Amino acid sequence: MSTLSAHDIQVRLGGKPVVAGVEASFQSGTVTAILGPNGAGKSTLLACLAGLRKPGAGRVRLDEVDVLSMHARARARRIGFIPQTAEVAWAVEARILVGLGRTPFIGSSGLSLEDAAAIDRAMDAAGVTELADRDVTTLSGGERGRVLIARALAGDPEWLLADEPLTGLDPGHQLDAGELFRAMAHEQGRGVIVTLHDLSLAARIADRIIVMAAGKVLADGPPSEALSPDVMARAYGVRARVIEGDGGPLIEIVGRGG
Amino acid sequence: MTRRQTTILALIVLTVLLSMVSMAAGRVWTPFSAWTDHSDPRWAIIFELRLPRTILAIGVGAALGMAGAAMQGYTRNPLADPGALGVSSMAALGAVLTLYLGAGAAEPWVIAAAAMAGALIAVMLLLALSGQASSIVTFILAGVILQTMAGAGVALALSLAPNPWAVNEIINWLMGSLADRSIGEVQMALPLIAAGCIMLMFIGRGLDALTLGETGARSLGVNMTATRWILAIGVALTAGASVAVTGVIGFVGLIVPHLLRPLVGARPGGLLIPSAIGGAVLVLAADIAVRLTPAASEVKLGVAMAVLGGPFFFALLLSLRRRIA
Repeated sequence: MSTLSAHDIQVRLGGKPVVAGVEASFQSGTVTAILGPNGAGKSTLLACLAGLRKPGAGRVRLDEVDVLSMHARARARRIGFIPQTAEVAWAVEARILVGLGRTPFIGSSGLSLEDAAAIDRAMDAAGVTELADRDVTTLSGGERGRVLIARALAGDPEWLLADEPLTGLDPGHQLDAGELFRAMAHEQGRGVIVTLHDLSLAARIADRIIVMAAGKVLADGPPSEALSPDVMARAYGVRARVIEGDGGPLIEIVGRGG
Repeated sequence: MTRRQTTILALIVLTVLLSMVSMAAGRVWTPFSAWTDHSDPRWAIIFELRLPRTILAIGVGAALGMAGAAMQGYTRNPLADPGALGVSSMAALGAVLTLYLGAGAAEPWVIAAAAMAGALIAVMLLLALSGQASSIVTFILAGVILQTMAGAGVALALSLAPNPWAVNEIINWLMGSLADRSIGEVQMALPLIAAGCIMLMFIGRGLDALTLGETGARSLGVNMTATRWILAIGVALTAGASVAVTGVIGFVGLIVPHLLRPLVGARPGGLLIPSAIGGAVLVLAADIAVRLTPAASEVKLGVAMAVLGGPFFFALLLSLRRRIA
């Protein structure tokens, strides 16, 4: 059991507050989705939580240790991160790219058998085994997204922090990836924090939803509480209706205005 | 054997073969019988002229090839090269400026130190000017600025040159050549080049991780500050030491990694060693070609590489049009 906690996180970019005092604590074994309109500060908060950005004020602690004080390699072994831009600079094979997830573990002798096994498991879990020999730059956006999820899984991290990992995936693969995140949390006891834009998808895969707006936490709780029409109105400026669907609550956007 | 290993083996075989040709070829062809016969006048040609030249070709080729591969890996830009982006020109400017420091500064190590300082300044400026976004366009523009600055500095040095000997010396640095180099120059340059190459090999894994962008690499525990410094010092050592002894030989670091990338699997860290050996092959071959070109005086190697590399650079740029737009 592990805890990742943010204490009064503040980040200013170009003088403008992007994250304005966020207080949140995350437990492993749960899937948390961070939602909010463009510019709400979701990605910045996630980068702070991953120890990749130094907040202007506040602290992020992983089991009472400040993430910024951790050795980069040690931190990378515990916290896996998927950036929003699915940048892949060179025409490498998918398996090589997934293998980069082993970087924090590799010694001078190169990939060990253990590393190879972890890569195989990750590719299998993300359903990209058949893409292993493909040049990543020739893959579709969704395929590449899944390869990048496998890349993060290959590091076998205790925590997975992913910035819009489901964007560009088709509905079937969104569901698969969502199920994968749930299995990672509920069966393997990892902590999963993802930022998302699809409200119904978030309601379906997350145990807990944090809605951000203008750098602050607007709502925090289980999907049924956090995704209320009132919160939708304040966060996005839309009139929304929550419908009970077969797979979970569906959020219908009725129109503009609150 | 993997494709990468086959490629490396083939490049090593090529290096050995070309080294033997390099020892034998030139205005005077030397048969193998002259290699062991000390009384043969051609023995001196082989061991006092061609041996240093051949070793230097391998060393400088390896230095430039690996520096190019490392710069490309770090910037994620296939157009990065110490020659094309002004690093070599700044090293040459550093070497040229020692001419103005008085006679005591004509020591070879002073020249080498000045060249490496010029290269280091160039790499640091390049990394600073291109910023973190590493867009190809800003990078090329940063290179253009450096080339212009170095060119202006050298032109100023030329116009203020105290004597014709200095003019000649400056021109030698601008147009790289391996002709008439002594074993002393080899002894000075090789340790520096070796040190630079070893440093660059240390950041191989960091360069691999940079395939995922800077945030991706940092999330994998790569220390970007250390990587940037090691890259800068490694390139300064390799490119600076090369320029100090041979003058500017451009495009090696551009052509070689580009040709080898598809053969070794595109992983930037895995491209470093093949690019070093490939650089040695290219410079050896070009130097042999230069010697065999029928002309009143030998064509300068730097000029020959520019003739070859210019169109290559242009073709590469055309093939990248879509990425740049």
